[in-house]
Amino acid sequence: MDRLAAMRRYFLTRLAGAVPTLFIIVTLAFFLIRAAPGGPFDQEQTLPVEVMANLQKAYGLDQPVWTQYGHYVGALLHGDFGPSFRYKDFSVTELIGQGLPVTFELGSIALASALILGVLIGIFAALRHNRAGDYAAMSLAVVGVAIPSFVVLPFLGLLFGIYLHWLPVAGWEPASIRHLILPVVALALPPLAVIARLVRASMLEVLRSHYIRTAIAKGLPLRTVILRHALRPALLPVASYLAPAVASIMTGSLVVESIAGLPGIGRYMVQGALNRDYTLVMGMVIIYSALLIVMGLLVDLLYAWLDPRVRLDS
Amino acid sequence: MEPLLNIEDLSVDYTHGGMEIPAVRQVSLAVAARESVGIVGESGSGKTQVFMAAMGLLAANAAVRGRVRFEGGDILGVGAESLNRVRGSKLTMVFQDPMTSLTPHLTIGTQLAEVLVCHAGRSWREARNAARHMLDRVRVPEPERRMSQYPHELSGGLRQRVMIGMSLLCEPLLVIADEPTTALDVTVQAHIIDLLGTMRRELGMALVLISHDLGVVAGLTDRILVMYAGRIVESAGAAELFQQARHPYTAELLKCIPSLTGPRQQRMPTLLGQPPRPGDPDEGCAFAPRCARAAPRCRTVRPPLEDAGGSAHRVACHFPLPS
Amino acid sequence: MSALLGDAARRLRSNPAALCAMFFILGMVVLTLLGPWLNPNGSDSLDWLHVASRPALQSAHWFGTDRLGRDLFARTLEGTRVSLAVGLVASAVSLIVGIGYGAAAGYIGGRTDHAMMRIIEILSGLPLIFFVIFLTVIFGRNEYLLFLSIGAVGWLTMARIVRGQTLSIRHREFIEAAVASGAGTARIICRHVIPNVIGPVVVYATLTVPQIIMLESFLSFLGLGIQEPHASLGTLIAEGAGEMEAAPWMLLVPGGFLAVLLLSLNVFGDGLRDALDAEER
Repeated sequence: MDRLAAMRRYFLTRLAGAVPTLFIIVTLAFFLIRAAPGGPFDQEQTLPVEVMANLQKAYGLDQPVWTQYGHYVGALLHGDFGPSFRYKDFSVTELIGQGLPVTFELGSIALASALILGVLIGIFAALRHNRAGDYAAMSLAVVGVAIPSFVVLPFLGLLFGIYLHWLPVAGWEPASIRHLILPVVALALPPLAVIARLVRASMLEVLRSHYIRTAIAKGLPLRTVILRHALRPALLPVASYLAPAVASIMTGSLVVESIAGLPGIGRYMVQGALNRDYTLVMGMVIIYSALLIVMGLLVDLLYAWLDPRVRLDS
Repeated sequence: MEPLLNIEDLSVDYTHGGMEIPAVRQVSLAVAARESVGIVGESGSGKTQVFMAAMGLLAANAAVRGRVRFEGGDILGVGAESLNRVRGSKLTMVFQDPMTSLTPHLTIGTQLAEVLVCHAGRSWREARNAARHMLDRVRVPEPERRMSQYPHELSGGLRQRVMIGMSLLCEPLLVIADEPTTALDVTVQAHIIDLLGTMRRELGMALVLISHDLGVVAGLTDRILVMYAGRIVESAGAAELFQQARHPYTAELLKCIPSLTGPRQQRMPTLLGQPPRPGDPDEGCAFAPRCARAAPRCRTVRPPLEDAGGSAHRVACHFPLPS
Repeated sequence: MSALLGDAARRLRSNPAALCAMFFILGMVVLTLLGPWLNPNGSDSLDWLHVASRPALQSAHWFGTDRLGRDLFARTLEGTRVSLAVGLVASAVSLIVGIGYGAAAGYIGGRTDHAMMRIIEILSGLPLIFFVIFLTVIFGRNEYLLFLSIGAVGWLTMARIVRGQTLSIRHREFIEAAVASGAGTARIICRHVIPNVIGPVVVYATLTVPQIIMLESFLSFLGLGIQEPHASLGTLIAEGAGEMEAAPWMLLVPGGFLAVLLLSLNVFGDGLRDALDAEER
């Protein structure tokens, strides 16, 4: 009731506080990139001087850096990330607008499956503590933690795509879940394994606590004891892992999208970096920072829900 | 007629690091309907373990042997589902530490109401009404407000009142209170003991009060069992035990009761010597090493729990104190 | 302390998975060191007669060759050697940084500790790969950047662990005695704190080695790490993934090596940690 109101107020305050943070990130990134030696057109050394000058002019690079900054921020406020330096005829807004839905779909499915399956496997292992089921689940978790997605995905592609012909190795079609299965598995596996381990450990600890003993003594069925009494405190470590999990999926998507040939925004980050495509990299930095800031906020709220002792007065 | 709770030959052993550690050894005891029984002993005497075993609350590494019957039906080793027919409704337990015994993320109202939803099949709305009523009965001020509060917002004494109320929701036949006052402030202790007595008079349930403190047990129980090193060493009516304890250990315990006028101690003053350690050989009387009356026979032959005259006074001692 | 380690060693010996992992690790280390002598092919010599040939024991190329006719076995061993070396060196660096930082935070305590831990919290919340990629935009590709960025990641967990250990010994008599004798903060940290926390910390360091190897191969896979003509397992897997339909061995050999290496290091590290942790329960 009033706690819900407190949570809403907290969320809005923090969201307002995120705007200056984002502004600082934009400013820092902008000037750091400009300060670096070299420019986006350096590799094309064969360009005649006047063509080069025209290019610079066309992209506004001939103007003083402060003017460029002013233009950039002004455009940014209207949702315009500027033209891409490398993908001719495309604005960064267009590139991101096309790629983001794919990356978002891939990432959110992977995160959701990692959370749901990870929590379920963790609970299962805790309830089978030191028995075969526990050992099997934890052995799988070690594999998930140890082997990176850029090894898992090609191996899966080789097995299910090339040898068994069950699933496509690479490529993407709108609204086709078949193309997403292998990338999602590869992407979800590492955070899934970590979550399963975290939940198992915290669940074992919670199950030893006095309030679980009380819940059992009350004659509640095991399902109720686990879901109503044990699950929320056991999820606390998962909440604090959420931001790293999103980061892990974001970084994973860089390689997974390129291996699976998915038209997401992951490839723009690496491509943009290698090509020195200033505006594209800036756009990516802004998108990812915004995502992380919102994620951090959600984690705080999740914490408050999981543990009423957490106070929300920042 | 069979007693309400009947425990026969109950033994509890823990396996730890490849070692068998006995906690309870062949304990038999019975609690009749409406009876109030005190269980007294030092920590580690196995007094809590007996009832944890009966409630099916022992850790996974505990092995239980023997028989426990409640209302004429077996409840030991029957599996959680059968046990839950009586556990939490007809047979309930109040724990020592109210600070940690309530689930931190659920409101008091939810934790009370779920008992009725689970056992009496009530709707949540009905259950919450009944729960609020119960908070009133156990003298929790402002029950309406407490219902939507979380455990950490309540004082220790209030939380223990909530625990007691929770144990009474389904009109239990037997409430087991395990050191219900030990973790509380001295001033609050008396109130909680008071409340237990009042509720027993009002509801007429049987009560098992487990404590290391004979003083706590004194006013509230009809009969007292004294445990030492996993066994019952003396059993008598409360008044008789206080007047003439027959077991030397009980006599020592009685000396430890703080005077009613003086300050009450948090921990029992220690007896001379140490209680036996888990690895020690189980021969003769376990109290012999600390006993002033011990003879060579005490170290080799275990004294059985035998009638010691008086009304149902039983003692396990070769050389009991004269009556 | 030594009795404590003895118990831990005994517990480790009774853990078959960890033992097995240890032998795998030793085997791989020996193989990468002796490999060049066992194999007649150099890692960068081109065999134009055998381009992208399958693995076969009777040919000179046991694990096949790549598109340029380079022997895959030799390339994979070189890649493993590079990955292991990067892993060990970067772990050592992060160990040193982490110990210094963590011991200082834990020993000084108070506001300093709070601020230092807050920095760690913020840094570990960042997706550092993005940071690294961003740095490549600014400075261009180079291998020093790789080490720098990997080092920036590795020490965070280490610093946390060292701080925890330091807090646990901070009020012990020998520290108090050193304070009473008028020793300076830096001196106490170096002479008294660090030597007493280093045991468990080194064990935890074994778990950072696979993390760092993973990070290095990830960056190399993206083309931001080790550069041609040098090979790391990451670059080999990237090449292999591109050819997996025509020449699956180019993926399977380095991929398998990396998988086994990381798995063994993780299992061994977990086993080591469990063996020590049991002591504290």
